[in-house]
Amino acid sequence: MPLPYYVSPEQMMQDKAEYAKKGIAKGRSIIALEYVDGIVLAADNPSSSLHKVSEVYDRIAFAGAGKYSEFEHLRKAGIRHADLTGYMYSREDVSARTLSNAYSQSLGTAFSTDVKPLEVEILVVQVGINGQANEIFRISFDGSIVDEKSFAVIGGRSEAVQQYLREHATPQPPTLKDGLRRCLSALEQVATQKIPSENLEVAVLDWHRQGRKFRRLTSADISLLLV
Amino acid sequence: MSFLPHHDGSSFFDFLTQHHPELRPGLHDITMQRAGVSVDLGRPSMLPVPHGTTVLALKYRDGAIIAGDRRATEGFQIADRRIEKVFRIDEYSAMAIAGAAGPCIEMAKLFQTELEHYEKLEGVQLSCEGKANKLGQMVKANLPMVFQGLVVMPLYVGYDLKRKEGRIFKYDITGGRYEESDHHSIGSGGKDARNTMREHYRLGLDEEAALRVGLLALYNAADEDVGTGGPDLVRGIYPTAKLVSDAGITDVPESRVRALYETMIAERRRS
Repeated sequence: MPLPYYVSPEQMMQDKAEYAKKGIAKGRSIIALEYVDGIVLAADNPSSSLHKVSEVYDRIAFAGAGKYSEFEHLRKAGIRHADLTGYMYSREDVSARTLSNAYSQSLGTAFSTDVKPLEVEILVVQVGINGQANEIFRISFDGSIVDEKSFAVIGGRSEAVQQYLREHATPQPPTLKDGLRRCLSALEQVATQKIPSENLEVAVLDWHRQGRKFRRLTSADISLLLV
Repeated sequence: MSFLPHHDGSSFFDFLTQHHPELRPGLHDITMQRAGVSVDLGRPSMLPVPHGTTVLALKYRDGAIIAGDRRATEGFQIADRRIEKVFRIDEYSAMAIAGAAGPCIEMAKLFQTELEHYEKLEGVQLSCEGKANKLGQMVKANLPMVFQGLVVMPLYVGYDLKRKEGRIFKYDITGGRYEESDHHSIGSGGKDARNTMREHYRLGLDEEAALRVGLLALYNAADEDVGTGGPDLVRGIYPTAKLVSDAGITDVPESRVRALYETMIAERRRS
């Protein structure tokens, strides 16, 4: 009986990480940025029906970069998790922290046990109401979770976008107009081309709204903000 | 993924049935049998559960009005004077309930979650017809509970954005779904409310007139039926009503209901 080749665990993890990173690097970037009324999520997305940004619960939104089928699966699982918690307990008991932990656990298990790691990077953001702080969690393909402040970037050239946003950061959160412009120029800089407003997917979590805080901006709204 | 169980389909109701059957209404017959509560299919058990009573819906020029009284009874006792029987379900639909209060409220909550769940997963809302059918399936799933005397009877009102009109749906205990063209009322005082509406309803009523007909029907139902609560002037408890129109679901403020009742009562007062 032929023995299987020995591969050291370090080597295996490294290979998997490399594979996942390569898959994610192919995609475009997504930004979550705090603005004065909440959080704006902006993605460079040519499709108007296959969304990268979506509502999860009253105050929580989700963004996924990488392989569509995989982050779509995670998105749906997250909505089920949130709706179940809200149904079982109460709407206010659904939190981004619990959801991020569930994502982190699932991604971590998949990374170490499955042959193929998930080629995804996701953001879970929650707008703070009644003076609470906003929460932005970035979760990677291996389940590692980072609590970000004021902005977060996932997807293809996320480091370059992050660099741009760090350089252009202001001490006070910007208005929606300024925030969106900043997101657009950050995305355009790494894409090295103009991004037409219909290729921009934008949604906000606005704490002024009653009940569900999530709102998707139509392309008319976006062009109005960018003129 | 144990933390996030895998599931196909966009229905929260199906998700509960498959993964959390203990949370799904209508499956309680299993737990009830275990708890030693007798399940006799021929004779509904006489569990002392609060019952909701008269709720109604009627169309008007811009959509539909849905309203209900506030009383819950337990046998010959009043269980609650301020119970809410009219629920906002989503942006364009509302439902009112008659039957055993606990399961009724549970069904309304589950229906709310169901519609929101679908909207978030699919990115679009269900059609008005689709929502009405889904509610029918939930009523059907409750059938085992009916044999134990726990009836849940909804009245559903939705604003159909395609047809640009309000629509009213009634149900039977087997989940049958029937659309009403003008108005309908259910509950123990339903017949009295229907009689009043039949006499006073006209096509294309404006908002104020339709609200007056609805509130009058509830008043008359409370006059005839012990299970229905009329306006309680001493405690300041009044029936609740919601408007379902292209502007969404709007609560009729209590002050407006109160003013309408005060006029109505003043007209009826002898000497």
